[in-house]
Amino acid sequence: MAGLTAARRRLRPAAVSEAWVAGAFVTPAALVILLVVAYPLVRALWLSLHEVVLTRPGEEPFIGLASYAHELANPDFWAAVGRSLSFTIASTALELVLGVGLALLMDQPLRFRWLLRSLVILPWALPTIVNALMWRWIDNAEYGALNALLLQAGIIDSYQQWLSNPATAMWMVILADVWKMTPLVAILVLAALQGISREQIEAARVDGAGPVSTFRYVVLPLLTPTLLIVLVLRTMEAFKVFDIIWIMTNGGPANETQTIAIYAYQTAYRAFDFGRGAALGYLIALAIMLLAAIYLRLLGRVGRS
Amino acid sequence: MTTSFTCRPPGRRLSALVAAAVLAAACGGGASPSAGPVTLNALFMKQAAYSEDNVTEMTKAFEDANPNVTVNLEFVAYDALHDKIVTDQVGGAGSYDTVLLDAIWPAEFAKAKIVRDITANVPAEYKNDVFPSALAGGQYQGKFYAVPWINDTKFLFYNKQMLAAAGFSDPPATWDELLAQARAIKDKGIVDYPIVWSWSQAEAAICDWTQLAAVMGGADFVDDAGNARFAQGGPLAALEWMKKTLDDGLSNPASTGFLEEDVRNTFSAGGAAFALNWTYMYNLANDPQQSKVAGQVGVVASPGMGGVQTSGVNGGMGIAVTSSSKHPDEAVAYALWMASKPMQDKFAQLSLPMWKSSFQDAAITKTAPELFAAANVEFTNLVMRPVVPYYTALSSALQVALQEALTGKKPAAQALGDVAAKLPEIQK
Repeated sequence: MAGLTAARRRLRPAAVSEAWVAGAFVTPAALVILLVVAYPLVRALWLSLHEVVLTRPGEEPFIGLASYAHELANPDFWAAVGRSLSFTIASTALELVLGVGLALLMDQPLRFRWLLRSLVILPWALPTIVNALMWRWIDNAEYGALNALLLQAGIIDSYQQWLSNPATAMWMVILADVWKMTPLVAILVLAALQGISREQIEAARVDGAGPVSTFRYVVLPLLTPTLLIVLVLRTMEAFKVFDIIWIMTNGGPANETQTIAIYAYQTAYRAFDFGRGAALGYLIALAIMLLAAIYLRLLGRVGRS
Repeated sequence: MTTSFTCRPPGRRLSALVAAAVLAAACGGGASPSAGPVTLNALFMKQAAYSEDNVTEMTKAFEDANPNVTVNLEFVAYDALHDKIVTDQVGGAGSYDTVLLDAIWPAEFAKAKIVRDITANVPAEYKNDVFPSALAGGQYQGKFYAVPWINDTKFLFYNKQMLAAAGFSDPPATWDELLAQARAIKDKGIVDYPIVWSWSQAEAAICDWTQLAAVMGGADFVDDAGNARFAQGGPLAALEWMKKTLDDGLSNPASTGFLEEDVRNTFSAGGAAFALNWTYMYNLANDPQQSKVAGQVGVVASPGMGGVQTSGVNGGMGIAVTSSSKHPDEAVAYALWMASKPMQDKFAQLSLPMWKSSFQDAAITKTAPELFAAANVEFTNLVMRPVVPYYTALSSALQVALQEALTGKKPAAQALGDVAAKLPEIQK
């Protein structure tokens, strides 16, 4: 105790030494961040400007922006971007609508509300890999539960190849993602709903507003900031989706579920073209930063109003 | 480092590393085998046969015969094997002395100098007694880059009871006969879709396609000048044939999403009369614990067509010595030990030997006479998938083309033609 006080006394007069101590405390963390974040970023940038094919060791000529130019002119790249956008828009829209619906339900004074809330969170608690494997089983053409269910319900008259049919594969992946991520949206929206004071809603009711107009003109505007945050989170996550697709379809059939992240992975690790893979990584990062910038402006506007 | 390689005469059984040490010393080479304890790191894959236990047992026998050598084993899934080797070798870690090589990799790995040229170390008995197709799986441009170890191809499996119920006493010898039998089986309502395949967007589909192309005009993919040949002739005919069997309802439509294990599950559940699959399915489909059709499983050499009796895709694997290995002599000795006839004969009921003389030994063939008979025929005509250094990229592009054609997105000629147009880009 006495020693500590003495130490404090010694430090206090010199503000400079306090800064040194602070620096010393921060340094280890800063070094780690530098190592795991900054170095890969710089290294990836270097790779993207060189022709680096792992199976051709020794030759790494500088090629400037050629990898970027090649991808931007490549129809395969744009097809993958298109698929990422479809996945992002469809899954995010479904998750928002279903999530808000679920949140409204969970906000009602129901008898088994605690049970409902714990059940709803369950899909989100599952690891993505488990979720993807589970859906691959459900969607299996030969012994999947989905075919059995639909056949017994009389909706289909023969087993369908959900994951190997180009027309349905993307929807099955979207379904699996929606099943997993809707709870997150629901919980966040539920938190926002509980922050809305009952007086405001009761005032609207007294003024003669029905449940629909109350939701439309009172609740929804108050939810907007939360919805925007959820939207930002989900679009960015969805745009760079990889694991769920990789496990369910491997990007197939006929590349129908090959999103931009899968395309980048295949370029980097199937063809071992690290230069082009790094360029794709940077292009994806740029696209996400662009999205983030747009959303931040929107959020700022909402915050000000 | 490699001086002792060229200097050493190919030995018959290389368990006596002491002799190698003397030779190396006489050569004045840098390598000094058996001077002290040596540790080798070997990379294998997880599979049904040889299993991890089998490999461990073979390795233990090697260690007993060479007390100064310890071998550490590592097993990874097939899907991770290629990437693991490349990143380990090119990334600079160089942890492995021997690595398992699929028959489609020697070209790429030789060009990238990841594995060593071991031509001088392959004993003469290999040229005389190993099926030439097995040797081809370890070679690139006439040189050996891997000691062939597993000799495998896809056989035709059939359900004897279903064939009998449809009035057929013999399995089909040609693909036309197979389709006729499949049609009869379907018409009699014995099974909805008589044939099942592994045609998902994966290497498995390329294997089936190659095997079919070989009897439908030749498995000629890329010529020596690097020009595309896969959008015509055998490959095109095979793909059109594959699509037609789907359109006719003879092939299970789920095949376009199936891998080998799905084929096995469907066949073992009695969901197909015919299936093309690797050797490993024979034991498993006949195991009552895992199969409803145990005891009804027949196997024959893959059917022929138009004068070609049979053909099989070369699905072999070999053991290669890495460029980074500091003990290449011991590594080669280990690879040769694993591939030696006594080892292969000992585990013959799990994985077919690559030694021709094993097929003449009744003590060995009696474990699975039907399978050995089929293999003895089919092993004489195994064909390679394209032997090119850019194989992985080419295969990925072709897998997509197969899917496009099989799912009806594009006609076969157009799907393959589009890849042919992109070939110069892939070769770059």
